[in-house]
Amino acid sequence: MIETPKVDWLALSPTLALLGLAAVTLLGAVIVPRSVQRLFSVGVSVGGFVTSAVLAGVVYERSPDGTPLIAESMTRDRLGALAAIVIALSGVAVVLASAGDRRRDHVGEYYALLAAAGAGMVFFVSASNLMTLFLALEWFSISLYVLCSLDTHRRESLESGLKYLIVGSFGSGILLFGCALVYGATGELGFTSIQQATGADDPLFVTGLALILAGLGFKVSAAPFHMWTPDVYQGAPTTVTAFMAAATKVAAVVVTYRLLVTAFPEQSEIWTTAVAVLAVASLAIGNLAAIAQRDVKRMLAYSSVSHAGFLLIAVVANSQDGGAALLYYLVPYVAASVGAFAVVASRERELERPVSLAALEGLGWERPFLGVALWAFVLSMAGFPLTGGFFGKLFVFSAAYDAGYWWLVVAGVLATALSLAYYLTIIRALYMRQSQVTGTVIAAGGSPPRDLLLNGAVGAALAVTIGSFVLVQPLVDLAKDAAASLPF
Amino acid sequence: MLTTLLIAVPLAGALAVWVLPVSRESTSGLALLAILAELGLWLGSARNFDFGSDLQQYSASHTWFEELGISYAVGLYGFQYWLVGLTIVVGACAIGYGAWAGRDRARAYFGLQLFLVGSLVGVFAAQDLILFYVAFEAMLIPLYVLIGVWGGAGRAKATMTFVLYTMVGSLLMLAAIIAFGISQGTFLLAEIGTSTNEWVFLGFLAAFAVKAPLLPFHGWLRAAYTEAPPEVAALLSGVVSKAAVFGLVWIVLPHFPEPVEDFRELVLVLAAATLVYGLVLAFRQPDARGVIAYSSMGQMGLIVLGIFATNDLGLDGAILHSVSHGLVSAGLFLVAGMIEVRAGTGVFSELGGFAKGRPLLATIVMALGMFTLAVPGSANFAGEFAILAGVFAHGWGYAAVGAGAIVLAALYALRLISGLLHERRGTSVRDEPDDLAGNELALVVPLVATLAVLSAWPAAISERSFPADTPAEFIGAQSVPEVVP
Repeated sequence: MIETPKVDWLALSPTLALLGLAAVTLLGAVIVPRSVQRLFSVGVSVGGFVTSAVLAGVVYERSPDGTPLIAESMTRDRLGALAAIVIALSGVAVVLASAGDRRRDHVGEYYALLAAAGAGMVFFVSASNLMTLFLALEWFSISLYVLCSLDTHRRESLESGLKYLIVGSFGSGILLFGCALVYGATGELGFTSIQQATGADDPLFVTGLALILAGLGFKVSAAPFHMWTPDVYQGAPTTVTAFMAAATKVAAVVVTYRLLVTAFPEQSEIWTTAVAVLAVASLAIGNLAAIAQRDVKRMLAYSSVSHAGFLLIAVVANSQDGGAALLYYLVPYVAASVGAFAVVASRERELERPVSLAALEGLGWERPFLGVALWAFVLSMAGFPLTGGFFGKLFVFSAAYDAGYWWLVVAGVLATALSLAYYLTIIRALYMRQSQVTGTVIAAGGSPPRDLLLNGAVGAALAVTIGSFVLVQPLVDLAKDAAASLPF
Repeated sequence: MLTTLLIAVPLAGALAVWVLPVSRESTSGLALLAILAELGLWLGSARNFDFGSDLQQYSASHTWFEELGISYAVGLYGFQYWLVGLTIVVGACAIGYGAWAGRDRARAYFGLQLFLVGSLVGVFAAQDLILFYVAFEAMLIPLYVLIGVWGGAGRAKATMTFVLYTMVGSLLMLAAIIAFGISQGTFLLAEIGTSTNEWVFLGFLAAFAVKAPLLPFHGWLRAAYTEAPPEVAALLSGVVSKAAVFGLVWIVLPHFPEPVEDFRELVLVLAAATLVYGLVLAFRQPDARGVIAYSSMGQMGLIVLGIFATNDLGLDGAILHSVSHGLVSAGLFLVAGMIEVRAGTGVFSELGGFAKGRPLLATIVMALGMFTLAVPGSANFAGEFAILAGVFAHGWGYAAVGAGAIVLAALYALRLISGLLHERRGTSVRDEPDDLAGNELALVVPLVATLAVLSAWPAAISERSFPADTPAEFIGAQSVPEVVP
């Protein structure tokens, strides 16, 4: 009789529920008649993401202490659970925002892949072993490669999928190489075992750490590993971009934080410097490049690079407060990103062409709700008061200041000032220019039908963006409890 | 609780105006209703307001963000009460002007106006540095859109420079706030104590020097005051600039006693230079709004002189002059707007002779002009006199410069009056006797009447701004944090 390891099904349940419903959606693509396929796919995938979020909530509630599972291949703790909740909820918003698009083929596949990618990320954030880490990374990445190129009739979409595939595989290769070197130096794969292993002063080991950092840098889209981001974000279907900007960023940055803090605390002097360099580079390149953009998706892509910089500042702080700041920052960031891309998606469907700044002109007056919402999202990204982005930046800066990185605070404040230059151009387009675009479009096609699901998603994102400012304390308490899962 | 209500009523009004789908007339009616309710609330709160007490009145405090020591803390001392009152009175007139002018996109417009009033009240009532910063920044949002959408032809450039200047100042202040608050573990003004760090001090000073504005930081002023709609310019020069007064009196003086001592000469010189520069340029402007804009800048220089005198006379004078200058410049901007509506321009070369057939308009302009040039007996004279007497303690030179500048004030004020009312009739002035109508009078007469009351009784403000009427001692006492039980 072979002894089987005890499996904690509850810890796996957020992943399994989402993966299972992804499979149901995929099956539906074949079985369910075309006329109700959209309804079926949206319903099942929303159900999957909601179930996953609820189960992750249960896991959060029941795991005040972290416990390693299945031979230390994953960890059941609050950090992973909270990240899973954020990922799953952003998935819900993305599915709702997608429901109104005019996709004719691959309807079932689209939602199934979205749910599968979400399941991969939910698993990814709990990984505590280099093998499961890589497995989960490939799991959601492959889903995203396909999603990016799903609009097969658009060349940009195909291009984006191909670029993401090539650059993403390259990043994965580097990550895998790094894992191999670390394994070679220590003979261990689990995060805590690596920390306890003896071979740590081996040059191989440090090289491995550097390569792992670079590999994760691709997924976080931190400069200088960001070069795929603008092209892929611009070309991919907008709702997929929303999911990548929100959920992928959460997953990648949380795992980076977990890995560095649990596996490499002894080497913190090396990696804090390296991450600080990545952070400053992301802030500089992301903000400077964004100023020059005229395409809104591209601009938001560079903005997401700059946000990677802010998030990495929280990682550099290498403290409990840094972790809490990181997790809190993600909440308004995710809401604003999903919301902003949803508004862009809505405009894209209305005009049936890519959304440049000129295409946003007058949106604030024509669609008051979407206009005000986009305004709030942009202000939140800029860290302006009355939005959660303000406290997010403040918390990150304070964690960095406490850890002695006052120069990172200075860099962050300068980057914030710089970022206003392009965020304000969006607001100016919304309200201060007369539309030169819509006149003809409305005459040709009439006012587009109301997309209640998309508006609902935008409304929820708006509520989170403002709510995370007003009710900052409850959220920070959650984030602190989650950050306490890691050893300091 | 009541202070919170004073902040919440305009904000709730803004939300109602945005959300309720009603007609343009009902929208402006709703906005007026909200601001009048606010005015009533403010007047009513005077009944139980103890101006002599050294306790904050109507204070409220709740922990907001425990980890960083941020609280929602509001409360009023006498000088804050007057600044809040100035906000509400000018805000009411500005909203009334908007209703009279029939601004298009009414729901957005009135919502933003109310939002601006709410955030300004928040600025003047804040007792926590982060809350202050939040309100200080929040007022940028409506101002940016109000100027950028409803402004004149050059509004794009005006908003750009305005936002650029203000944001640079604000971000320096934010850096200073973070450094100050985190090193002290709290952002509560009552507990934060003092700092000797000159960089932190300069961060705050930069934001307020832009807001006031002081001399080298005034690049945004001309375009913003001229391109903004008149009622927004009234709020900008009348009230928004007073956020700098509040910040200097309530944040900089009490919490940076040593840097204030070290930099006093520099600030006094800048303020005196601002005064002279502003008033000279006011005399040289070709249009009415340019005159008011630069005169406003000059008066802010005078007020800063009074604040950095840091003595009883200077501080009392600064608060009194803040209120009376706020009322005068708001009134002048509104009247300038009414004249622009009639003549289609504000340029002196095309104006003149407005007095003929328009006795009411002429009387109002004349009265406001007299307050501006601070004729003895006016509230403005009382304020200026107290400021000059206060700053005399730091050198007769400042007082001499100030007194000399007041002569310049007479020059530009008389030029404004004669350029508009007298001289030969301008090409843009029409024949029909379009004197101020009843609803227009309702917008400016309250401002003039308040000024008249203050002229008769300046002590209403000057003796009720600081507990026991000992400003310098009271401000000094703030350096010592309250003992927290």
